[in-house]
Amino acid sequence: MSDVRHPGLNLGTTDSPVHDAAEETVFGFWVLMMSDLALFAVLFATYAAMSVHGIAGGPAPVEIFDLKSTLWQTLALLASSFTFGMAALALKYDDDRRALSLWLGATFVLGALFLGLEARDWARMVTEHGATPQVSGFLSIFYLLTGTHFVHVAAGLLWMLVMAAQLAIFGLDGAVKLRLMRLAIYWHLLDVVWVAIFSFVFLSGLAP
Amino acid sequence: MSDDHDLPRSEDVGEAAERRQYIRGAVATLALTLAAFGLVGSGYVSGGTALVVLCTLAIVQIAAHFRFFLHIDLARSHRDDLQLILFTALIVALMVGGTVWILFDQHTRM
Repeated sequence: MSDVRHPGLNLGTTDSPVHDAAEETVFGFWVLMMSDLALFAVLFATYAAMSVHGIAGGPAPVEIFDLKSTLWQTLALLASSFTFGMAALALKYDDDRRALSLWLGATFVLGALFLGLEARDWARMVTEHGATPQVSGFLSIFYLLTGTHFVHVAAGLLWMLVMAAQLAIFGLDGAVKLRLMRLAIYWHLLDVVWVAIFSFVFLSGLAP
Repeated sequence: MSDDHDLPRSEDVGEAAERRQYIRGAVATLALTLAAFGLVGSGYVSGGTALVVLCTLAIVQIAAHFRFFLHIDLARSHRDDLQLILFTALIVALMVGGTVWILFDQHTRM
């Protein structure tokens, strides 16, 4: 193991003291996020079994999923990952808080769009197909899995609002930079989880 | 610029190069996403084939997310992060694989 840990996202030479501080805090946050992935893994495992054996006479995945709506949700979240990347660049290279705020704002809007589209999708499943969580084991774990991701994204949006307030009050100081870097890791990993959700839940459900 | 810590060259690339990385990542992940949706939407793959194809595309796309958005590559300084991620991948594979194995086996016995 190397003595010096450089978290993937970093400040490099643009802010050396904070870059050094980031080694420990950001690595610690990585460990936390990996345990969060383990939580999602268990939900995925349960879903894999329930989506095949847990239909219980209720609607099957292929009947209730909508390819187009899932695609729009995916594109919104993917675009938000990119805008957060641009925010991370602004954080690293520009002391200009305006570019950072604009990219963060764009990320917030795209994240909110994702939540809106997913909520609309759930509403459609419930009203058109009567697909409520208590109908079958498949639907219980479907709402639990996508709902857990939904709550994570909503928490990310709340975190962004808190960071916007901190940026306004404290400016771009070291602590704020470190928190934004951790928020970046959190946000990108939520997109990684969504890749698994759209592949193994929605797309494989639509191609039985 | 103080340089009392060793900054690997792979990280000291400058803003323009780093922006190109993000753009490359966006193009790669978008292409993989559209490929997965296109294959399923056109009905080109289904059943077991679909699962294999989707699994492959998902793994490649997740690797692209780590590489381009989270800056995890094979550079020496990232090995702690990479080992952590690979260990998590092992745990995830054991938990998912084991659960699926046991539950499907139990189902055939019922």
